Amino acid sequence: MRIGVVTFPGSLDDADAARAVRIAGGEPVSLWHGDADLKSVDAVVLPGGFSYGDYLRCGAIARFAPVMAELVKAADGGLPVLGICNGFQVLCESHLLPGALTRNDHLHFICRDQALRIEDSSSAWTSDYAVGQEIVVPLKNGEGCFVADEHVLDELEGEGRVIARYVGGNPNGSRRDIAGIRNARGNVVGLMPHPEHAVDLLTGPTVDGLGFFTSVLTSVVNA
Amino acid sequence: MARVIVDVMLKPEILDPQGRAVQGALGRLGIAGVADVRQGKQFVIEIDGELTEERREQLHAIAGELLCNPVIEDFVLVVDEAQ
Repeated sequence: MRIGVVTFPGSLDDADAARAVRIAGGEPVSLWHGDADLKSVDAVVLPGGFSYGDYLRCGAIARFAPVMAELVKAADGGLPVLGICNGFQVLCESHLLPGALTRNDHLHFICRDQALRIEDSSSAWTSDYAVGQEIVVPLKNGEGCFVADEHVLDELEGEGRVIARYVGGNPNGSRRDIAGIRNARGNVVGLMPHPEHAVDLLTGPTVDGLGFFTSVLTSVVNA
Repeated sequence: MARVIVDVMLKPEILDPQGRAVQGALGRLGIAGVADVRQGKQFVIEIDGELTEERREQLHAIAGELLCNPVIEDFVLVVDEAQ
């Protein structure tokens, strides 16, 4: 199972994402922002970081990278895509997911271990979790406040497309405590916290994040 | 040469914590009666040659696609006639 991890100028967590893929049992494949080539991978992770220095808006310039044109086409065709943190911002800017990520309501960059409740296990990236399961993974962002208009928020909730919510306090002002969402088909998921940093007890607070990476292996086999 | 100015502002219903921080600073500096501050961005774009209607439409399209995120922001494009 080959899982691509895209590196943009300013990506930080591509190595950890690749490592998480490996620990989950997949084969990580490096993808380069400047190449319009997905190397026939079975799924793609857009990692965290500060692509293009977060200039203009987070994810706004990454959206127009050559690899993204291919990725948007492939995602529309059902390819599983997980955007973590900056990757979530890129997915929103690319209109693969609705809404936007804005400056944390308290203006501070926040870095801590964060409890989440998994709300949906039907997506390609959450099938190994139980609905209602609580997990703890690192969170680190300055612009993680998820916003969308009320109509879109109602639609996300009504269709079960909120995949994870913050528990024990909302760290950034996200509407309705939303930490992650999926598209209607369930192949595209965006998540603000970092499951790839919670796959090994030597370096993470838990191994709770591993489920995202094992889920997609199962999804691809079943697809 | 022509100059086009694009102002981008967060939509009124989107919380602007940066603007609020500036408002707080104004209060601390003793400037009373500031009801609200909103922070935005301005792009000043200089064009070689004449600004044809076609190029103006092209800039308008890119302002809505790249310079602003229509989910959270509005923009106003004006041609700087002083140029």
